[in-house]
Amino acid sequence: MGLLRPSLPPGEVFGALAEFATPAELYHACEGVRDAGYTRWDAHTPFPIHGLERAMGLRASRLPWVVLVTAVLGAVSGIGLQGWVSTIAYPLVISGKPFFSWPAFIPITFELGVLGGAFGAVLGMLAFNQLPTLHHPLFASQRFERASDDGFFISIESWDPRFDAGRTVDLLRRLGAQEVELVASSSEPAKPGDATTRATP
Amino acid sequence: MSDPGHHSAPSSARPAVLRAASLWLPAGHPWRRLPAIGLVLAVVGLGASLAIGFMSEAARSQLWHSWLVGSLFVLSIALGALFFVLVHHSTQAGWSVVVRRIAEDIMATLPFLALLFVPLLAFGMGDLFHWSHAKEYLNTKFFVIRTVVYFAIWSALAIWFGRLSRLQDDTGDHQLTRRMRKTSLPGLLLFALTVTFFAFDWLMSLNDGWYSTIFGVYFFAGSAMAFFAFFALAVIAARRNGLLAEVVTTEHQHDIGKLLLTFVAFWAYMAFSQFLLIWYANLPEETSFFAQRYTGSWLTAGAVLLFGHFLVPFFLLLSRAAKRNPKALAALSVWLLAMHLLDLYWLVMPKLHPVGLVPSLLDATALIGCCGVFLAAFGGALKRQALVPLRDPRLPESLTFENM
Repeated sequence: MGLLRPSLPPGEVFGALAEFATPAELYHACEGVRDAGYTRWDAHTPFPIHGLERAMGLRASRLPWVVLVTAVLGAVSGIGLQGWVSTIAYPLVISGKPFFSWPAFIPITFELGVLGGAFGAVLGMLAFNQLPTLHHPLFASQRFERASDDGFFISIESWDPRFDAGRTVDLLRRLGAQEVELVASSSEPAKPGDATTRATP
Repeated sequence: MSDPGHHSAPSSARPAVLRAASLWLPAGHPWRRLPAIGLVLAVVGLGASLAIGFMSEAARSQLWHSWLVGSLFVLSIALGALFFVLVHHSTQAGWSVVVRRIAEDIMATLPFLALLFVPLLAFGMGDLFHWSHAKEYLNTKFFVIRTVVYFAIWSALAIWFGRLSRLQDDTGDHQLTRRMRKTSLPGLLLFALTVTFFAFDWLMSLNDGWYSTIFGVYFFAGSAMAFFAFFALAVIAARRNGLLAEVVTTEHQHDIGKLLLTFVAFWAYMAFSQFLLIWYANLPEETSFFAQRYTGSWLTAGAVLLFGHFLVPFFLLLSRAAKRNPKALAALSVWLLAMHLLDLYWLVMPKLHPVGLVPSLLDATALIGCCGVFLAAFGGALKRQALVPLRDPRLPESLTFENM
């Protein structure tokens, strides 16, 4: 949720992962986790669930502000560059127009504004999502693979100020989780035996 | 298609039973008096205009110019409504079903607005148009025929789509949705051609010898923006007056606000595209239009349009909060309607008053009269039918619509 996750030493608990049977149960569990005051946590679903951001208590994204700033910067650099070239660097009279012929500069100003906004949107989105992330500790959980198929998960990370292994797991159970597991922050590769136990379609 | 019932979380479920009082204009509702109020305004406004206008030669010329601005103002809103309904059907839109009937009630004014152009054709042509170019195209007979054709096509489209929509309220026949979709595509083509040539005839040809191929799109862009401003106002006012409760939500208002923002930007894009090419090429036969509008207070009016019709509302409407707040969006809509009126005024009047803007009492009376005709027809349509397409197959989708 915005702030960078501290790197944990291998073997320590990364966080608690809970699986829920239906979107509705996950939705209410999110409300419970939110109301318990947790801040470093996330929900994982195979498809978007309407209103989940409210149940999780997420604030509106700050991305539009990034886009506004980069778009304005693009537009300002567009008109600035053309104005500088036409009045200071290479002042040329073109079809009898003044040096600073702003109407002629508008198309490029507009295009650079769009370009700046597009860069801001894509790069800002990647930055807010902390992407690219090549590996995530939750991938250690076999069950978690179903987050892209038919599983509904909540993960609460151990650096949350309210995190306590015992009490957090209890809370998730009380909120209706089918299974709760503590995931280690180990960065070691999966053991060779793991591959055989994974369900393959 | 997604299945909202399956994916939605329980808290976003909406009540399955809607109250009749929010779907129809209830007996005794103040809006039931709209046709009467509109008729009074129309009789007083147009009557006063005619009385003042026929007092002198100069006043008569002013009368028809003011009458034209007033008529174009209400006509452009109604044309925007027709455009919205056609696009709704052609794109099979889901979110807009609950507000579509209001747009249909606005476009239902089109046959009545044709009446406003009858006196212009009968008595105003000599004062308005001074053609010396393109006699094969710009002659009174052909002009009258074209105007009749435009209004015949618009009225036919408005009546046809209104009738089928109402028919579906009674029968619930899903095939009607298909029929409306199929007709909407040739309808859009007809709409684009008629609006373009209407703008050439009634606005561009006021400036004898001046032409701009983009002019039709410019008029359309302003019209669509004016419609979305009026649409937002109508929907917000309806909700404030206890109509459409639990049917139209902030989510629908938000989307109308987005379309308003779109057409604020589109109008500016068209206005600037027209200006840039003419300014850059600097050919006398093209620059006459802008040279006239660089004179005296017309230049100030143009600057007001640049800031008031585009820059300020554009940045204000970028805000999500402004689009979702009823008071903020209503205030912006009133402002933009005023700017649209100024835009039409700026297009029509410099011919009559070359040195600068000269306000006239006739501007006010003609505008009041034209708005009266519009309100009477709009109010009549509101009373005649439900406020929502009751049995549209996509109504459930529209009721549960949410912005992400």
